[in-house]
Amino acid sequence: MTRHRAWRTAAYAFMIVACLAWLVPVLFALYVSFRPNAETSQYGYVSLPHHLTFQNYVSAWTQSDMLRFFGNSVLITIPAVIVTLLLASMVAFVVTRVNIKVNLALLLLFTAGNLLPQQVIITPLYRLYLLIPLPGFLSASGYLFDSYTGLIVINVAFQTGFCVFVLSNYMRTIPGEMYEAAEVDGAGLWGRYWRLTLPLCRPALAALATLLTTWIYNDFFWAITLISTGGKRPVTSALANLQGQFVSNQNLIAAAAMIVAVPTLVVYLLLQRQFIAGLTLGSTKG
Amino acid sequence: MIHDVAVRDQSRQDKRAPGGRRRRSGRRFSRRDILIVAAMLAIPVLGDIAFIWGPALVSVALSLFQWNGVGGLHARGCIPGGLFPDNGCFSGWQNYHQAATNYPPFWPAVQHNLIWLGVFVAFATPLGMFFAVLIDSGLKGSRVYQTVLFLPVMLSLALIGIIWEFFYSPNYGLINVVTGHNTNANLIDWLGNPSINLWSVLIEASWRQAGYVMVLYLAGLKAVDPSLREAARIDGASAWQTFWHVTFPSMMPMNVVVAVITVIESLRAFDLVYITNKGTNGLELLSALITSNIVGETSRPGFGSALGVVLLVISLVPISAFLYQMFARREPR
Repeated sequence: MTRHRAWRTAAYAFMIVACLAWLVPVLFALYVSFRPNAETSQYGYVSLPHHLTFQNYVSAWTQSDMLRFFGNSVLITIPAVIVTLLLASMVAFVVTRVNIKVNLALLLLFTAGNLLPQQVIITPLYRLYLLIPLPGFLSASGYLFDSYTGLIVINVAFQTGFCVFVLSNYMRTIPGEMYEAAEVDGAGLWGRYWRLTLPLCRPALAALATLLTTWIYNDFFWAITLISTGGKRPVTSALANLQGQFVSNQNLIAAAAMIVAVPTLVVYLLLQRQFIAGLTLGSTKG
Repeated sequence: MIHDVAVRDQSRQDKRAPGGRRRRSGRRFSRRDILIVAAMLAIPVLGDIAFIWGPALVSVALSLFQWNGVGGLHARGCIPGGLFPDNGCFSGWQNYHQAATNYPPFWPAVQHNLIWLGVFVAFATPLGMFFAVLIDSGLKGSRVYQTVLFLPVMLSLALIGIIWEFFYSPNYGLINVVTGHNTNANLIDWLGNPSINLWSVLIEASWRQAGYVMVLYLAGLKAVDPSLREAARIDGASAWQTFWHVTFPSMMPMNVVVAVITVIESLRAFDLVYITNKGTNGLELLSALITSNIVGETSRPGFGSALGVVLLVISLVPISAFLYQMFARREPR
């Protein structure tokens, strides 16, 4: 019994130390973001505060095109999430509910595609994006390259694989009797997808929407390679440019980083359960 | 009504038929249904082929050409030792040969990718698993631990790179000030010194990876039948034996997922090194070399593709393992 108690104590100690260690980098950057540059350049970051101020946040916001970068993120993330879920649910439905010979091949194609490192395809993709013309209302550059449309397209193409995998596992758990009943009631193929399957998949779709929103918002690689105009970049990748712009005032960078973290922190605080469900759905069911 | 019953019975019987084909293949495929299926599949399948698998295959082809991205490709072989560069010529294995013998960052990048994988396998992933086991063992406040340890998973890697720069900053950073290494005489440049910066960045990466693995294993542990553990306990197994011989093997699908994520994430590693110093000076990774061959001024699509193919071949190993585990062992449908 004493051995058991000693073990418990050690476990608590370990978890508490780990949690503190986990929080330190974030809290330290947060602390820096609240301190005036004049003060930290005199006393260093590790010093007691004389003033704590929101001024860095105000400056980071007004001295950069932050609003515009956030706008770019919204313009890219929302359509990408909706289109991904729509396309992935259609593929998942066909793969699980329509008996055609290529089902397994399709599932493999999509699942494996999502596992490829992005850098494997970037070189030809970059050339491809320079080759595909787009009409002016879809792309100011005239090409898929350096356009919001291009960024939406690659995010959709890349994330669809994961969602097909998760949704097909989820759809497999819907009892076949429900489909037989719907068929008897005269529901066609489309009706069985749109009016039966999608409503039943609402929990999975909600979880995936949370996950995709975070992932696409957090995307860095596609945006820095496929968008060349700084002003068109979504906010996560614009951060790299801000780092150069604010190089003489690190406190502003800390504030800018915290501003950029806000949407993900909102998801973290309000939708954490959904996010975790999205991560684990694919691997526990099916 | 009678017809309804007949149809349902029919389908039940079909389903029970041992080893038989699944019910009613083609039975109700009207022309309209076929059109609907085609319409539902067309965009996602074409998109996946055009933007994912197409480029993956094209990179194999491009890697065989000497090309600077301007002008076309031609099937003519490159003239060895030609005086002027014959742009777009077919050079066979030349790009691979050059990468291995005449491209200084290549082998460091391979080595760093392997170190990255090693640290994930030996440290970050086991740490995440350990967190999950402790939280699952019913410590008080488990919700708090889980929430805190999970925080980095939500943040973008670019953001993580920036946040940690304050921690590592040579003159002002937390770590140097606390350890007294912040005077110019004994400064430790955690992110700038090429012999240690990989390890500094790996701490950042592990900080995130451990939380990721923890969440996955928490879900895996919840799915384990508690009576299994109970039975092992009654049989006199220690906590360690119970975990290693009972709990761990029964989390099989999750173990594969975690193993694949561990390998794939270490091949994908990019954002952290790019935000820190664009993947140079001790932080070379294959992914960063590929990127610098397309966005830099020295754009060489052929050569960049060869590096991409190296990464592709390596990543096909965990991908195949994952697909095999997930699909091949499932009963044929």
